[in-house]
Amino acid sequence: MIEILAAGIGSTFQDLGRPGCTHLGVGHSGAVDRPSHRLANRLVGNPETAATIETYGGLQLRVHRHAVMAVTGAGGHLDVRGGPPMAVNAVTHLPPDAVLTVRPPYEGVRYYVAVRGGFDVAPVLGSRSFDTLAGLGPRLTNGERIVVGADPRTPITADLGVRPPSGTVIDVSEGPRRDWFTDGAWSLFTTSDYTVSADSNRIGTRLSGPVLERAHRAELPSEGVVEGAVQVPHDGQPIVMLADHPVTGGYPVIAVVAPELIHAVAQARPGTTLRFRHRSL
Amino acid sequence: MKLLPCGPRAVMAEYDSLDEVMAVDAALRAAALAGVDDIVPGARTILVHHRQADRAALERLLVPSGKAAPATGPIVEIPVDYDGPDLEEVAAATGLSVAEVVAVHSSVTYSAAFLGFTPGWAYLIGLPPVLHLPRRSTPRTVVPAGSVAIASEFTGVYPTNSPGGWHLLGHTDAVMFDAAREKAALVMAGDRVRFVAR
Repeated sequence: MIEILAAGIGSTFQDLGRPGCTHLGVGHSGAVDRPSHRLANRLVGNPETAATIETYGGLQLRVHRHAVMAVTGAGGHLDVRGGPPMAVNAVTHLPPDAVLTVRPPYEGVRYYVAVRGGFDVAPVLGSRSFDTLAGLGPRLTNGERIVVGADPRTPITADLGVRPPSGTVIDVSEGPRRDWFTDGAWSLFTTSDYTVSADSNRIGTRLSGPVLERAHRAELPSEGVVEGAVQVPHDGQPIVMLADHPVTGGYPVIAVVAPELIHAVAQARPGTTLRFRHRSL
Repeated sequence: MKLLPCGPRAVMAEYDSLDEVMAVDAALRAAALAGVDDIVPGARTILVHHRQADRAALERLLVPSGKAAPATGPIVEIPVDYDGPDLEEVAAATGLSVAEVVAVHSSVTYSAAFLGFTPGWAYLIGLPPVLHLPRRSTPRTVVPAGSVAIASEFTGVYPTNSPGGWHLLGHTDAVMFDAAREKAALVMAGDRVRFVAR
């Protein structure tokens, strides 16, 4: 049993998401930084499909029994009371009644907290991810007691975590509505610095920078959206769609972020800059 | 049909009409091509998420051939109180009286073309052309759950409180989405829908 003493900021259960539910209007969701979610599970010997807790920090929990735990993703301090010291990207054995506090990060945005056996909360439509757009999935609340799943009886396959490089140059390919924008807009988008805005969330990373001019003002009929799509609303400021993006959207998509770099966008801190580089498919 | 780029793991196809979209959507689902993860139809597009699918076979399936079969799904009756804040505006824009707007909207058996936006949001087609209006120029930041609305060639019901730019004609108590229900979405693609004025 693990007791949530403080849920902290933006803390949600996440796994690899809820694919194949778009016929219900339900999106993919899941960890926005999937490599870090997978790594946290590997560090404790879980299958990568086990649920982790995604948090911006402030999470405090008590383990009622001996627990094998790991925290990945963002960089920051982990405090342990009643147990050994703990660091990000390392496996730690916590004795009964140890209290782990995840401090707000000084690098990156989101941590992933894993326990060997996984957080055994009830799945919704086949996933333990909480979709913040849809309000769907198991909720994480103060005072909650979470059952830890059975030991997976599989070996720990990584004994040392390496933080994925959090690049500031993000490769993009042309999006389905590239031709709704002027050539000037495309060249600005692929050469300028864009600043990550503070109102970013699990739905999307909002950017501010040079305004991307549309070539025409037609209304776009709703169409499917991929994770990593760079949507441009009327104000010309791009938004990179993350795990909880809507299934369909009505703003033109100028570009699509390379899938292997979406986690780097998701971990970019507000106030930092990203630059997008055109890479043909 | 025109193919549009959408990153390395998806492709988008654009069509001239929703009929073509629905015909291709049905053909794609029936073909169950290996490596296709998800199919997301839109008003004029189909987005296909794939991994190592046979690209040539996929592109062949994306070419429209034949017509979509008319919807034969179950009929879902949705009781509506026609008391929406945009009734007067819609009446003015269409040249109908409020009573005529209600009569026209509730006179048709709609069919669900596809779901999108948020869980349980079914895009219903069959809206009489006299009620086709562009979306509101300024979307509302919050539209209450259960709002019955129209925009363009579609009508639909907002399943949850969400932002929205459609014209609100009324409201219903019907629960459009409940993940714990066997049929999580009250209206699925292919279902038929009647709005019953209360």
